[in-house]
Amino acid sequence: MKKPKVAFFDFACCEGCQLQVANLGEDLLDILDTIDVVEFREVMTEKWDQGYDVAVIEGSITNEHAIEKIKRIRERSKILIAYGSCATIGGVNGMKNDFELNEIEAHVYQENAKHFKTVPTMAVSQVVKVDYFVNGCPIYPPEFITVLKCALAGLPYHVPDNVVCVECKINENICMYDKGVTCLGPVTKAGCNSWCINNGNVCYGCRGMVSNPNENSAKDVLSKYNISLDLIKNKMNMYNKCRELNKNEKDKS
Amino acid sequence: MKKINLNVNVEYLTRVEGHGNIVVNVKEGILEKCELQIVESPRFFEGMLRGRSIFEAQHITSRICGICSCGHTLASIQAAEDALDFTPSPQTIKLRKLLLHYEMLDSHILHIYLLVAPDLLGVKSFVPLIDTHGAVVRRALRMKKTCNDVCDILVGRHVHPISAIVGGFTKLPKEKELDEMLKYLKELRTDMDATIELAKTLVFPSFERDTEYVALVSDDSEYPLLSGDIGSTDGVRMNKKDYKKITNEFIVPHSSAKHTRLSRGSYAVGALARINLNFNKLHPKAKELATLLGFNNKVTNPYLNTAAQLVECVHCLEDSIKIIEELKTTGIDYSEEIVVGLNENKKIPVKAGSGVGAVEVPRGILFHHYEIDDKGIIKNANCIIPTGQNINNIECDMKKLVPEAIDKNKEEKDITLLLEMLVRAYDPCISCSAHFLDVKFVK
Ligand code: SF4
Ligand code: SF4
Ligand code: SF4
Repeated sequence: MKKPKVAFFDFACCEGCQLQVANLGEDLLDILDTIDVVEFREVMTEKWDQGYDVAVIEGSITNEHAIEKIKRIRERSKILIAYGSCATIGGVNGMKNDFELNEIEAHVYQENAKHFKTVPTMAVSQVVKVDYFVNGCPIYPPEFITVLKCALAGLPYHVPDNVVCVECKINENICMYDKGVTCLGPVTKAGCNSWCINNGNVCYGCRGMVSNPNENSAKDVLSKYNISLDLIKNKMNMYNKCRELNKNEKDKS
Repeated sequence: MKKINLNVNVEYLTRVEGHGNIVVNVKEGILEKCELQIVESPRFFEGMLRGRSIFEAQHITSRICGICSCGHTLASIQAAEDALDFTPSPQTIKLRKLLLHYEMLDSHILHIYLLVAPDLLGVKSFVPLIDTHGAVVRRALRMKKTCNDVCDILVGRHVHPISAIVGGFTKLPKEKELDEMLKYLKELRTDMDATIELAKTLVFPSFERDTEYVALVSDDSEYPLLSGDIGSTDGVRMNKKDYKKITNEFIVPHSSAKHTRLSRGSYAVGALARINLNFNKLHPKAKELATLLGFNNKVTNPYLNTAAQLVECVHCLEDSIKIIEELKTTGIDYSEEIVVGLNENKKIPVKAGSGVGAVEVPRGILFHHYEIDDKGIIKNANCIIPTGQNINNIECDMKKLVPEAIDKNKEEKDITLLLEMLVRAYDPCISCSAHFLDVKFVK
């Protein structure tokens, strides 16, 4: 059987998600056995000029050049996977949208700001159709392998739509609210095995908000500690600012 | 230089972190253009930090770079604690040193094996090496994974550490975990020895250009990575607070990426700079290897930065083992475990101030600088990344390399490869450097 052609691309990001892939260690070799990686700029000089069976996209779309490039990749790809918060929800890059573009460009680049234009940070799916999502900043490696396998087999993958608290309780962590600090677990999509809380930190919401926080959030946690949903929704902007772009579009239509 | 024409245009340089182009034009023997252009999409971290709490700075700036996430974390924490006048405990400092060693090992191994070795073995990437050098690739991935695993144990994960924050650690390694890390590291020694043997057989291009090397220096006997003054091989020594006098950022028209210079036209940071300044403080085992590779005298061949990284791998591995053994003897004080979050419990007193962090990360010295108000809100942030400091030096190397290569009758494709290898030798992290610097899109 011919091996599927897989290509990796990166846009505005820290390249941490592709490192997570490299960190799979020898498991990576098993995956490489079943696919044909035709482009992966960070580790390969080779380039490919035909179609891709699967394109794996990291990073956010932040300028016109990137918009054009991601559209071209989409045209050439049968399946497109967005991986990492930068790609799936805009991630930390979205904080830029808290500022006026001209102002933040001038702040960082001063008189040189005019040399280039950026656009508000967008998640990949806000520009082109995305077939599979692997959330997280960085991605949780076991989930990435599952999604890649689903994509290669043509099976659907459903991102869990319950909240981090569910996993956190299974892991028997003491709730951060009991320690007097705010945690975004009650509104954040599960799937990371409550990674940060297991390590004594709080959840920052990197996997994105559950689709309907009024229904799907951990109401027991919220009511037990008397926390308003709005308060923690506000804190979600570190990773989830880009979701507002969808809302604005809806307002317009 | 011979009166020939040469056009080198490497678009989207591969096997480096981030995006850059090499452009060289020689017309009738005259070097008209010799540039390393940065084409990364900027992410505006310094702008985005404004208005955020100083207790979020580590979490956010760690995301500047996946490879140096622990380095950014440590520089960020140091700058924040400096601004808050907070002094970390000796135990915390020890664990931070361990974390920095892990990152150094991880990053250097990735660079040596996956990014540089293919050049030296004459292939385009590590992928064909799976068939021809299967054992080597497996060893590389195994070593990489070990570094990653010990990081997981210490801080939750390597890419964007979880438990290392302002004030200390949210989770301290259990006795069992210390044993586990120690076991992994001791096992790593076998692969490290094999790596050294492999490295001895590799031939690096010969090229010399003397430059000023800059790294942390100190008066004690420890190889300085986490703290110290800023020093140079031209005799400069300054407090980290004066970092701006060192970096002297200036704008050049061609890429308007901010460049840096100190006592002469350019300076270099990174493993080679550190060893040129602190050779004597290396762990004995690392020093032995360094002597064998000729580092006991100042080395001015930039291609040897990769060899210097290998020496540091040995140093960091041996020193990590030493640190863990010490921790096992003294025992860990778990009462130091902290819960901070956004400092909602006011665990750490907040005041207005300004703080600088200067940390040796894999690619060289990294500076973070924050100004905060009396509520701990960031008013201004500045980050100066190693690659930003090296770009100017790389271009100076290129300007000497190209005429020399032409006079040696090298063909265009060989010159192109030499240039790519030169840039790669510096292990540039363009995804880092350009987040704060100006960028020109070259289409
Ligand atoms: S999602 Fe996070 S880890 Fe992944 S590329 Fe973006 S910033 Fe880096
Ligand atoms: S709020 Fe946070 S700490 Fe509490 S249960 Fe939910 S995820 Fe866990
Ligand atoms: S706990 Fe929250 S911030 Fe941490 S990885 Fe999971 S979703 Fe992301």
